[in-house]
Formats: sequence, C-alpha cells, structure tokens
Amino acid sequence: MRQLVWSLVALLALFGVAGCEDKGLAIGVSAPLSGDIAALGQSTRNAVLLAQEEINAKGGIRIGDKLEKITFIIEDDENRPESTATVFQKLINQDRVVAIIGSQSSKCSNAGAPIAESAGIPQLSPWSTNPNVTRGRKYVFRSCFIDPFQGKEVAKFARDTMKARTAAVLYDVASDYNKGIAEVFRDEFARAGGRIVGFETYNTNDKDFSAQLCKIKGANPDILFLPNYFNEVPLQIQQARKLGLTCKVIGSDSWDNPELIKLGGREMEGTYFTNHYSPDVDRPASREFIAKYRKKFNAPVDAAAALTYDSVYILVQAIEKAGKAEPRAIRDAIASTKGFNGATGTISYNGTGDPVKGAVIIRIKNGKFVFDSAVN
Amino acid sequence: MSVAEPKRASLVNFRNVAISALVVTALLQLLGGMGLFNQYYLHILAIIGMNIILVVSLNLVNGYLGEFALGHAGFMAVGAYTAALIAMNLQLPTALRLPLSLAGGVAAAGLIGYLVGLVTFKTVGDYLAITTLGFNMIIVNAIQNIDYLGGPRGLTGIPKGTDLITVAACVVLTYWILRNLVHSGYGRMWLSIRENAIASGLIGVNVNRVKNVAFTVAAAFAGLAGGLWAQYQQFITPRSFDYLKTTEILVMLYLGGMGSLSGSILGVVFYTVTMELLRNVLGMISPQLADLRMLLSPLILVVIMLTRQYGLMGNREWRWLQPKREESPVGTGA
Repeated sequence: MRQLVWSLVALLALFGVAGCEDKGLAIGVSAPLSGDIAALGQSTRNAVLLAQEEINAKGGIRIGDKLEKITFIIEDDENRPESTATVFQKLINQDRVVAIIGSQSSKCSNAGAPIAESAGIPQLSPWSTNPNVTRGRKYVFRSCFIDPFQGKEVAKFARDTMKARTAAVLYDVASDYNKGIAEVFRDEFARAGGRIVGFETYNTNDKDFSAQLCKIKGANPDILFLPNYFNEVPLQIQQARKLGLTCKVIGSDSWDNPELIKLGGREMEGTYFTNHYSPDVDRPASREFIAKYRKKFNAPVDAAAALTYDSVYILVQAIEKAGKAEPRAIRDAIASTKGFNGATGTISYNGTGDPVKGAVIIRIKNGKFVFDSAVN
Repeated sequence: MSVAEPKRASLVNFRNVAISALVVTALLQLLGGMGLFNQYYLHILAIIGMNIILVVSLNLVNGYLGEFALGHAGFMAVGAYTAALIAMNLQLPTALRLPLSLAGGVAAAGLIGYLVGLVTFKTVGDYLAITTLGFNMIIVNAIQNIDYLGGPRGLTGIPKGTDLITVAACVVLTYWILRNLVHSGYGRMWLSIRENAIASGLIGVNVNRVKNVAFTVAAAFAGLAGGLWAQYQQFITPRSFDYLKTTEILVMLYLGGMGSLSGSILGVVFYTVTMELLRNVLGMISPQLADLRMLLSPLILVVIMLTRQYGLMGNREWRWLQPKREESPVGTGA
C-alpha cells in the first residue's frame, strides 16, 4: 500500500517536471468526453483541436505585437455537475487558464459558472441554452441562442408560416431542456392567437407513448410539437402515425443528429425543426468550417461542433482585441463583440452574456436536412 | 493484541487526530484564501470530506447492519434541497444560516429516512435493495415535478456557505457520532442482526426498530452531506442524486471495506485521489488520452477487489481512531 502511494507520488512528480515546458497561452475546455452524451464531447474536442491547429499553424495568437502559441487543455466533465466543478477548479487554479470554453449541457455549465464568476475567469459555453446559466453573471457567456428564443421562433413558425390554429405538445418532463421549450411554445403560441389543445408529458427513456398520443389524437390538432431528443422522436412519430395522427410535426434543435433519419426513416419526411445553423446555408464561414472538419475527422458536423468552433474564435478574437492575456480585459472584449462572422451565423453581444443571433428552420426532405428559412 | 502490551499513552488518538485535522484544514483554507495554496487541492479535500460523510453513514446500514440499501443519494437530495431552501429564504449572516440550514437538511432527511425505513424494513435482502432503490427514484422524480424546487432545471443561486473548515468539522462530528454509536449497545445489536437476525430477535432485540434506527441515522447524515454539497456547489439538480450517485457511494464503500469506518475514509480518499491523479497524469501525456480515465479507474477497482476481497480495510479499523478502553474490538476478526 505504502509503496503504491509513493510510486504514484513519484510518477506525479515526474510528470510535473515534464509538464513544465512552455506551452504558450493556456485556455481550458470542459467537455463531456465520457458519460451519456459522450458523442457530443468528441465533436467538441474535434472542433477545439481543429481550431488550435489552425491558429498555431499561423504562428499563434497575436497579443500586443508578438505571436504566442495557444494550448487548449481539454478536461472530461462526464456530463455531471459535480465533475464539472472539479474540472473548473483544476483549470483555473492548477493550469492557470485565462478563459474556459464549456461546458456543453446547461446543468454542467451552471455548476461551473459560480467558480468562474468568483475567480474572475471568462466562461464561454457553446451549447447551454438554459437562461439561468448566464443570468446575473458578469463573466459567463454563451454562443448559442436560449430556450425561450427558440420556443418563440417555433411558435411563430407554426402559427404564421404553417397556419396552424391548434397545436399539441408531447415532451419529456424530466429534462430541463424539453420542459423549458415546451412551456415557452405553449405561451407564445397562445399569444399569437393559436390554441393549445394538448400538453402531454412523459419521462426520459419511456418507450410507449400511445396513451398520450391517443389523447392528442382526440383533440385533433393542426400541428404536433415534439421538443425532444433525436433518439426518442422517431419512436414518437412512428407511434403517432400508427394511431392515425396525420397532422404536421415540428421539433427543435435537439433533433439535430443523423440518427434521427436513420431511426425514423420515411416517417420523418416533411417534418420541420429549428436549429443553430444549417450546412446548406450559403455562408462562406460555415462552408469553410464544414469542409475542414469533414476532411480532418471524417465525421458529420453537428451543431455542438460548429458552436464550439465559433466559441473558440470569439475568444481568440477577444484576446487579440484586448491586447493582453488578462481575464478581465478578455471578459470586456467578449462583451463588446459585434458582428462576429462565425460558422453558425453572425454573433453580437448586447450587454448580457447571451448573444444576439438568428436561428434556421430545417425541413426533412428525401432523408436529408434541408435549409428552409432563416429567422432572426 | 496481547494482554501484556505496555500501556503507552499514545499521542495518536482520535482527539488529537481530529484536532490536528481541523487545524490543518483551517490553515490550508487560510493559505488558499491568500493565494498561497492551490484552490484546486482545497476543492478536492472538500469533495473527499463530503464523500466521507456519505460513505461512513451508508456503512452503518450496509456494513454493520448487513443490509443492502440502494437509496442513499435520495436522502442526500432531501438534505440538499431542504438546506438550499432554508439558505435561500433566510436573510441571516452565514454563521447562523449555515448551521440552521444544515440542521434543517439533517432533520428532513432523517424524518424521510425514518418513514421510508418503517415501510422498507418489512422486507429483507434483495427486496430491501429494490424498495430502497425505488424510494431513491421516487424522491428524484418528485423533485423533478415540483416547479417550486426548479424541477428538472435544478436550483440556482444558493448562497455559498460551505467551506473546507465546515466540511472538516462535519466530518469529525459525523465520525465521532457514528464511531460511538457503533460501539454502543445499538452497535452490538446491529452486529448481532447482521450475523443472525432470528437469533437476535429471540434474545430480545427489537429487530425492526433497531434496524430503523441505523437507517434513520444513516439517512440523516446523508442529508448533512447533501446540505453541505448544495451550499458548496451553489447549484443542485435532481439528476445529480439519482441511482448513479448511489452507485458511486457504494463503490467507495466496498473499496474501503464493509464494517470499517476507517476503511470508508480510506476508500473515499483512494478513489477520489486516483481519479484526479489519472486526470492530471493522462492529461499531461496527451489530451487524447483523457478518455482512458474512465477505462483505467474501473480496472484499478477490479484489480483491488480481486486482490483484497474485503476491500482495503474490511472489518478492520485503525486502532487510533477507536474509542479508549477498547478491549475486545467489535467486528474485528483479528
């Protein structure tokens, strides 16, 4: 036992010495590399490594009048709040990072935020859409839109573009994301003059939705809103169709995964959902990023990867603008970002940690995600 | 342990260890505040402390009483949410708010634990495991469906109350109470129930009541850990307290060894430190290796459990953490 401890200590000391080489400017990344959304963690890491390679190929980041290499320290937060807190403590106090990208899910960002805030280290989350994450915090930012915005856009789209008069919602009550969007949709759709005829819930990992769908069928809505994750939506649509529910179906950015079509097949045809970006939009920044990402990793580009890539560049731009690698100056530079031209659209900050940016509506056609329209 | 052992008054006893632990943590906290000690290490120490409270208290039920309860994280949730609500709604200085909220958490978790115990101890063995697991799920699901508690979004904006000294003090208190309980009449009754419940009943032990005492005490201390946790992390979400958390507590418990309070400490320290060492070491070699952490740590656990079947300290104790006048240590095979 004692030998084991000593050998561990010796090993650590050894690596401590080895780790002292100069790696340039350190930026932390907290990503769910393992746990229930590990796939998303992998694309986060890919996007970060892609950006790091690009920046260092150019000689590094320009601070004042000299170029400095940049190193991203990527830590696994397991998609658990308590691990995220540890990761943030390590990044800030051990690795002395000047800023942190992450985490991805809102519950993790929420656990890291008090630590970043009290240490005065800017935190930029790519994918946390829960409004609470940035609320009342000075050092916490995100590069995605928030749940209320999305719920509102879906409601507007359903009411104005699809001319729906009545709508029904089926959502996972045990997940903060689904619940948040469902409630905003309910309120906004009613405000736009529509009528909610069904508001049904289930719990994560349920497989049988027939009871709820039967009730919804009885109400005969014009449109069915499913703000649920891509692994559950196909099952819901298939069961709805089997029950004879023929209305149109719409969804939210949680649909954004190739698995959706693989699982759902033909039943997914003609459905719509909102997303952070669409690969089809003819924007040079998006096109360039997608091409580079596909070439390097040979993997489909999800919204989390694009958002992470944007977050990295928002941060890099802010550091260059600040002219010094000092957390406070970087924070002010992020807050004053205007018209950042990223892979997911144009991003500006308006005094809060939430960006001003648009969403896109995507339509599923011939088994593909096709760009339908953009909303701002 | 021979009778002829000379009675040296060793300085290494529980009181001195506890006092020095408190002094050291207070010192570290002070140094950390001045920027002379790495806050990351303070954080790990705090996590270790809170996990010790959880594991030591579960040891009461799973180790000394010999039952298999699977709902510990649920009681932690009750304590965490109660303490958080009290802390958020009381406009008091921290010195008053913290003990009040912790006491609230302990009381609520203890009460729920008592009620759950009344029902579940009608079953034994696997059935008890399933019913306690069920209660864990019920608690988590209930919180998810109460909007006042933030629902699935969790509770944000809990004031910061817990620091390392608070945690250390709670650990010492927990350990002291549990150690004395284990060596009290209740401790003997728990052990007798573990060895043979029917025989214990025959000699006059009120089996169900005595079992429920252990369960209630364990739940109350889980509530204490939850209350500390909520005011340390300043954010709690129901999913943090699901069966996965219970599993983590169980892993540390079995690693340290059943029926050994000092083993529980060792298990927690070993598990937490190994996980963090792996993070640091792997990260230094290459960022691509970070995934290996989740592969290596279970492997280490498997190797340990294969080589030491009763955990690091199964049914043995560090003598210096035992009460004085201990002539025939309880639960000691040696």
